[in-house]
Amino acid sequence: MRALLLALMLVPSLALAVGRPSEMLPDPAQEARAEAIGRELRCMVCQNQSIEDSEADLARDLRRLVRERVSSGESDEAVVNHIHDRYGDFVLLRPPFNWVTAPLWALPVLALLGGGLGIVLTRRRSALRAGPAPLSPEERARLASLEREP
Amino acid sequence: MSGAEGSPTARPLARRALLWAPLGLAAAGGIGFWAMLRGMKDGSYDPRGVPSALLGKPAPRLALPPLEGVETPGFQPEALATGGPVLVNFWASWCVPCVIEHPQLMALQARGVRLLGVNYKDKAPEAGRFLRQHGNPFSALVVDAEGRAGIDYGLYGVPETYLVDGGGIVRWRWAGPMTPDTVSAELEPLLRRHA
Repeated sequence: MRALLLALMLVPSLALAVGRPSEMLPDPAQEARAEAIGRELRCMVCQNQSIEDSEADLARDLRRLVRERVSSGESDEAVVNHIHDRYGDFVLLRPPFNWVTAPLWALPVLALLGGGLGIVLTRRRSALRAGPAPLSPEERARLASLEREP
Repeated sequence: MSGAEGSPTARPLARRALLWAPLGLAAAGGIGFWAMLRGMKDGSYDPRGVPSALLGKPAPRLALPPLEGVETPGFQPEALATGGPVLVNFWASWCVPCVIEHPQLMALQARGVRLLGVNYKDKAPEAGRFLRQHGNPFSALVVDAEGRAGIDYGLYGVPETYLVDGGGIVRWRWAGPMTPDTVSAELEPLLRRHA
């Protein structure tokens, strides 16, 4: 029983909304292209799902629009541009690089640089601190006297 | 041990400040979160608010049929650029927030603002019934049965309102119902500017 439950949990939930044959294009190659395009487009109502994954009305309309344009012979880029023109950068699940999104893309690099700088600084500081301070003349005299004792 | 005793360079003040740093960070985060929640409550911050891609661009053409069963005429795509500002309002009889917004539309119409209605994915008899019950603020009405015009406008859902200036350029978009505050704080200054 437990094994069955575990197995069920490990099965990835393939909840693709485009399961309905009526929505799919008859040509498998075109359908595959439409799905690939749809997975790159955000459903603006649910926001963290692609239009391929979402059950929202708007997502369904956009899926239909993508399929219409694919079957009319448009290139993938033209289809994406058509929707990008209307919904802006936010509709692209992979944001494009421009001045507005530059901080977004620069963040990992900045984090890496910041972390590296932190490591360098702490190592330099601990290197400075590493050896014990040199003995003062009194300490040296006391050490010498201790060493002389049997 | 040797670190603390052996290095006279360690600044105790800086170290004590460092001790407070996590607490300060947490406090800053808390204040930020509180400000965000407050903004969401009074409507000044909308985490889903993304500016329309159409701002500053020509309003998409609306070549759509008129709404059957009401006297309000349809309009031609040219109606979007007639020299004065117009509001393009997407609405539907099945849309509950549209009922909340309707008094604001009626008030705008009473003040002489031109409202072009786009009836979105609706049934004509029900749309007509909605207008008879709540009043008809539209000077012209068209029907977007498939939601295609909505996509051309980058619509999220209904209601949604676009201010188009006299030259046919989109100047403002409001997703969701306009409240009296929306009208007075956001729309009115723009109407004056683009009058």
